[in-house]
Amino acid sequence: MFRILDTRQLASDVKWFKIDAPLVARHREPGQFVIIRLSETGERIPLTMADADPENGTIELIVKAIGKTTKLLCTKNAGDEITDVMGPLGMPTHIEQVDHAVLVGGGVGTAVIYPLAKALRDSGCYVTSITGGRTRELVVLEEELRKVSDAVFATTDDGSHGFHGTVADKLRELIAEHGAAAATQHRPPSQGGPQGGDTDGGGESDTLPQPLPEREGSVSPVGAIYCAGPVPMMQAIAELTRPLNIKTIVSLNPIMVDGTGMCGGCRVTIGDETKFACVDGPEFDGHQVDYRELWDRLTAYRAEEQDALKRWEEHECKLAGATK
Amino acid sequence: MPMTPKERMAITRQQMPERDPLERNQDFKEVNVGFGEAIAKLEAERCLQCKDGKCMYGCPVGIDIPGFLDCIAEGDMKGAAELLLGANSLPGITGRVCPQEEQCEQVCIRAKGKHGEPVAVGHLERYVADWARENLDMKTLLAEPTGIKIAIVGSGPCGLTAAGELAKKGHDVTVYEALHAPGGVLTYGIPEFRLPNKIIDSEVDRLRQMGVKIVCNVVVGRTFTVDELMNEEGFQSVLIANGAGLPIFMNIPGENLKGVYSANEYLTRSNLMGAYTFPEYDTPIIRGEKVVVIGGGNVAMDAVRTAKRLGAKEATLVYRRSRKEMPARVEEVHHAEEEGIIFKMLCNPIRYIGNDEGWVTGVECIQMELGEPDDSGRRRPVPIKGSEFVVDCDLAIPAIGTRANPLLTSTTPDLKLNKWGYIEADESGATSKPGVYAGGDIIRGAATVILAMGDGKTAANAMDRYVREKNDLPLLEEVSVAPPMECGG
Repeated sequence: MFRILDTRQLASDVKWFKIDAPLVARHREPGQFVIIRLSETGERIPLTMADADPENGTIELIVKAIGKTTKLLCTKNAGDEITDVMGPLGMPTHIEQVDHAVLVGGGVGTAVIYPLAKALRDSGCYVTSITGGRTRELVVLEEELRKVSDAVFATTDDGSHGFHGTVADKLRELIAEHGAAAATQHRPPSQGGPQGGDTDGGGESDTLPQPLPEREGSVSPVGAIYCAGPVPMMQAIAELTRPLNIKTIVSLNPIMVDGTGMCGGCRVTIGDETKFACVDGPEFDGHQVDYRELWDRLTAYRAEEQDALKRWEEHECKLAGATK
Repeated sequence: MPMTPKERMAITRQQMPERDPLERNQDFKEVNVGFGEAIAKLEAERCLQCKDGKCMYGCPVGIDIPGFLDCIAEGDMKGAAELLLGANSLPGITGRVCPQEEQCEQVCIRAKGKHGEPVAVGHLERYVADWARENLDMKTLLAEPTGIKIAIVGSGPCGLTAAGELAKKGHDVTVYEALHAPGGVLTYGIPEFRLPNKIIDSEVDRLRQMGVKIVCNVVVGRTFTVDELMNEEGFQSVLIANGAGLPIFMNIPGENLKGVYSANEYLTRSNLMGAYTFPEYDTPIIRGEKVVVIGGGNVAMDAVRTAKRLGAKEATLVYRRSRKEMPARVEEVHHAEEEGIIFKMLCNPIRYIGNDEGWVTGVECIQMELGEPDDSGRRRPVPIKGSEFVVDCDLAIPAIGTRANPLLTSTTPDLKLNKWGYIEADESGATSKPGVYAGGDIIRGAATVILAMGDGKTAANAMDRYVREKNDLPLLEEVSVAPPMECGG
């Protein structure tokens, strides 16, 4: 059993959790995830860790209530327990040695890019974050991102908040403004970032960095994109950056069961190879991903998922009715 | 008055009561019902009590088979249980899934001759194990505690066996399991109808009673490294028994269509996650009407028989060699046939066919013929040109084996691997890294439960010697902690 120590509602259906999981916290690196199970009859679902504190033995998760399991999880509060938390899983994020990285999060994909923003900024890179949604309520973590990014843009498809358009539209604008550094023109690892990677205090600190002071002078061309969100969004970003040859890393979210490479349920086609997202990923070169297949495979249990959710909601309604 | 050999010879082999095939292929309850007391006693009396019985040499964990059979015949169940459990920590499991026909029963003297039938050692082992579960206090089998900490990575057959052996030898044993439930392949792989989860649970509970700690949700290689276990967590010796958990795909077109599962995924969903009860359990599973399983091993049998139970109208097994070369246990093939599984021999898939929505609709196969023997001694299957045909299906399950999972080995650089990525270990299980031992599928590739258990026992003996020498403790007598004893009665 893993105890929930603290929670915070970030949006109507997005919740932040701090969980006591010392063994997981000890080795967690940005980009890694856990697999959780809520009860003996529950399913196993992967969730990216937003952060971890090895000293206090805690991990942080940001969860959007979508299906039965995530909705049930979002009813839980401090003091409640989670039956299983397994991890850390997956390969840590590869921190590209670039001057300027743009992080693009669509909907709850923003929870995936949030820890990457922190890691990249700690490495000395100028970080721009774009978080988007169809409408105002679906834009999440904007404030949290401000604490780990040099610039943050929110976008909405309907213009109800921030930039009116998609995250891809905003990225296109950013690239037009700052230019693009093609994948071959990355600075070598030995060179410091704009602030000097080694001297950046944020890299040594366990606490959230404070909002950054405005930087002077011009912002470097965009050297790398990190992207997580709905499949069509990641595909749109990859298509945008492909002709510009900007390194584009996507964090994939296929259906998983065990998370150790044992079942192969999370297989994705990268170039002409089949990879297992749980052990080879979850991050891959966005220009190599077969998005059509990924999208198809994500729909495999749509009917069952809807059925499970409906049953759960009916059950919850009955419970709510009974307690009235 | 002991029975004469002639009297013993006069008894014919007792049949294992089985549930009706057409009833049992609708549910997941165990196929074999188990012996009753009278049948068990009668069957045990068939044993001729050979001096230095060949059966013991056929047993990878070295059970004193004539000894425990004699105890059953004499009605001394406690004696039988102590002999059995002294040598084998998981008899409820091996009694159900061991290929006895290739081991103890194959070399049984009563198997000789045209009409010879071996003593049903496996069924009797199961009978004693089921008795012991209710009646035997394992604490009587434990040696003096040593206080030495030993870690075991993986709670499958190798890991659990070693845990039992090392606990009996007095050590402080912790087993780390990556998944949320112990048992490894016994839990996620082998279906309920062959090995009920409650049997695994009770064997695991017995280990817990013996002081073994089992910690789930720990992926060694990610949560801990082997070095950390030894340098920071205080374990003096580590056994790596994490299996060969990476499913092999054939790299043919269409393999990533929806409705193509690795056997591992299919069985894990059904067995570990309880998907066969969906929506009672949350994990869904694709229930095909026409299911094709590819392969000829025990895993393929488990998958195809599961498909039948999940409602398949047609459950077909496709295998590239002939019936004779199938590596699956005879009993499993026989059970599958009784349950209405269709066997398509000498045919091999060349691609999966899908529809516009990305769902599999068929498997294109090619007919094979047997050519010259290959390295394995079996005749090599050769495709017949122009013989392609399509088997319609809405679920296809390749069950063609597994390979080494690099999760642990990639974080333990000083562990020597062979060219396939399996850990190199000597006959005692010792690896290139001092104090680190390995056993089961991670050293031998996909094999059987009992071979993994044999490795676990061998490694446990070597680890015991290693830590005792290291700590200047007196060595225990080799064979087993419970010395062979006279049966009362």
